[in-house]
Amino acid sequence: MIDFSLGPTQKEMQGLARRFARDRIAPVAAQHDRDASYPTDVIDEAARLGLLNLRVPEAQGGLGLGVLDEAIVGEELAFGCMGIYTVLMASDLGVTPLVLHGSENQRDRFLTPLVGGGARLAAFALSEPDAGSDPAAIRTRARREEGGWRLNGRKMWISNGALADFTVVFATSDPERGAAASVALVVPADADGLSWREVHGKLGQRAAPTFEMILDDVHVPEDHLLGEVGDGIRIALSTLDQTRVPVAAGSVGVARRALHEASRYATERKAFGKPIAQHQAIAFKLADMEIRLQTARWQTWHAAWLADAGEPCGHHAAIAKAYASDAAFESASEAVNVLGGYGYVDAYPVAKLLRDVKLNQIYEGTNEIQRLVIARRVIREAEA
Amino acid sequence: MRFDLDDDLAHARRHVRTFAQERIAPIAAQLDAEARYPRETLRAMGEMGLMGVATPERYGGSGMDVLAYVTFLEEIAAADASHATLMAVTNGLPQKMLLDHGSEAQREAYLPPLASGRQFGAFCLSEPQAGSDAAALRTRAVRDGSGYRLRGVKAWVTAGGEADLYLVLAVTDPDAGARGISAFLIPADADGLSFGAPERKLGQHAAVTTTVRLDDVFVPDADRIGREGEGFVAAMTSLDGGRIGIAAQSVGIARAAYHHALAYADERIAFGRRIREFQGVSFPLAEMATRIDAARLLVQRAAWAMDRGYRVTKEASMAKLHASETAGFVTDAALQVLGGAGYTRDHPIERYLRDARVTRIYEGTSEIQRVVVARQIVRELERGELT
Repeated sequence: MIDFSLGPTQKEMQGLARRFARDRIAPVAAQHDRDASYPTDVIDEAARLGLLNLRVPEAQGGLGLGVLDEAIVGEELAFGCMGIYTVLMASDLGVTPLVLHGSENQRDRFLTPLVGGGARLAAFALSEPDAGSDPAAIRTRARREEGGWRLNGRKMWISNGALADFTVVFATSDPERGAAASVALVVPADADGLSWREVHGKLGQRAAPTFEMILDDVHVPEDHLLGEVGDGIRIALSTLDQTRVPVAAGSVGVARRALHEASRYATERKAFGKPIAQHQAIAFKLADMEIRLQTARWQTWHAAWLADAGEPCGHHAAIAKAYASDAAFESASEAVNVLGGYGYVDAYPVAKLLRDVKLNQIYEGTNEIQRLVIARRVIREAEA
Repeated sequence: MRFDLDDDLAHARRHVRTFAQERIAPIAAQLDAEARYPRETLRAMGEMGLMGVATPERYGGSGMDVLAYVTFLEEIAAADASHATLMAVTNGLPQKMLLDHGSEAQREAYLPPLASGRQFGAFCLSEPQAGSDAAALRTRAVRDGSGYRLRGVKAWVTAGGEADLYLVLAVTDPDAGARGISAFLIPADADGLSFGAPERKLGQHAAVTTTVRLDDVFVPDADRIGREGEGFVAAMTSLDGGRIGIAAQSVGIARAAYHHALAYADERIAFGRRIREFQGVSFPLAEMATRIDAARLLVQRAAWAMDRGYRVTKEASMAKLHASETAGFVTDAALQVLGGAGYTRDHPIERYLRDARVTRIYEGTSEIQRVVVARQIVRELERGELT
């Protein structure tokens, strides 16, 4: 049976997130972008409203929401500001490995403190300066020692990073054995030997702080290991299979904002005696933006639905992530042209959409990597 | 038919490339971060003859042709797009309008300082409510004794507040539409001329852009270029050359991004190999190279035709449309080759991407270029002149 309707709770969450994005995120988005400042007040209030760490299970005191719920909320928040949404989204990225692979005890210890009181963030550390798309090439070293593990290495592009209560770090216990020796370890913020360097000068999403993580003889106890030795890469990839859906959802939010700004401007601005929306060159752009938006949203929700149903969702999440972020970039770029010179200056929000959504084509696996994932399955099926 | 540059131009190009890479490229990131107008390097460009490339030597220019101009502009743009924009502005309409429509006295008075780069020229056409649709201009020039009083606001003026001389289009006869617009030269220190704060733009931060406000600025008859009512049509004809310039600039930005991505793909290792060995990377690089070559050839063809005195409205718009869209494609694809690193200021690609975006907007958006090309091809069809 196919059912495309949202349930009453989902509609309620959607309405809440939409109002929050309109009233609290959108008005401050330009300022945080300009200053590259962390939106403390916005994140605090999001936490109060239950819009942060959506995926923390009910058993740990959270809302225990699914991927579809997250996608519905994510689109709304990203409509307000993709950068600010990334702070929230990246926290669920840190939460998800524990939801999927943590023991009940690990979930209690690490997830329970994230909910119910103020803004508490999590983070996820897979990439390294010299290993992004190729996680088997990670060099961060985890050595067994008395009572646990000792970590050394550098991790790159960690959203939330220094602001997070804990970071799930992927490392190798034997560089010779690659993925077979990989481990996922929960590193708390106060661990000795842990330091952070903020990444400056990002093109967009400047409200979302990004860090380089430096692990210098960091000790973590044995029970911080998720799964078994050798599970690290599998945990990372199964997490990303799900968390690419919120990236897609954020892209849908940006695509919708681009259409919103472009269509509003096009119905007001006149050229050659009529609103520019009445010229086909502009009207067709608006139509294409709407086609991309609808297509991207349904791809995203379909992948989310598969994840929630416990079905394999990696293939469809990859399609949703690549399609939605490409679509949003295209729509943001077209919106810039609809606004002409005004689209190029920061008095209007569309140039920021373009800068922000470029990152959606890169993080949580570049769109090239998504295509690799998709092509592998297509080829496998053809060969079978 | 020949596709090589002659020896003199090839030699001059090397000279300009060395200057651009040694003097401009190293400061481009800093200028971008500070949104600073690059006075010193612009002066050096003037001394090299880059500020009046196609202006005859008797008026202080370099006396070269449009092909040389676009060749140099690509080199400057490959180092920094803002410098190229500023170079294009002062080389463009202010000098072109004087050459095509100015009196001998006006040329002798105004061209030498502009062409030598001692003074900088700016062009004021767009208004807050009128960009692509010039018939909607509102800035008025009202007769006052032996001259005019100009009142209105101009938008998107490159080098506003920095330039020494402003070429302003204003309505002298509101009932005559495009044929009721005249062109005036106004020095920066004229009474009643003022400038808005620099726009905060996505890119090309060093090419400062402001509004220009005219509060009853008096302009004597001697500073009107051409006859009354001819300003707009004259400017539109001269814009053809401007569009070729933006096309050349687009090629330069695209080339810089492509070279950077190629070098990165040659060094970066993933899955045990240089990433350029993966088709996922090598195909985008091949696509970049192909599109850049096609764009440059369109630019050179338009320049070549203009040098021979042909009307190049269609060719200029085609070059601008294709080259600016290419710059958008290439800078984006190049950034993607670098992944997260490309998203930061540790590499120049994010700046190239921001800088390139406006090439699809200024001197007529891509949509307007399509309007122009469509109009020209329909005309060819009606005349049985389809090629």
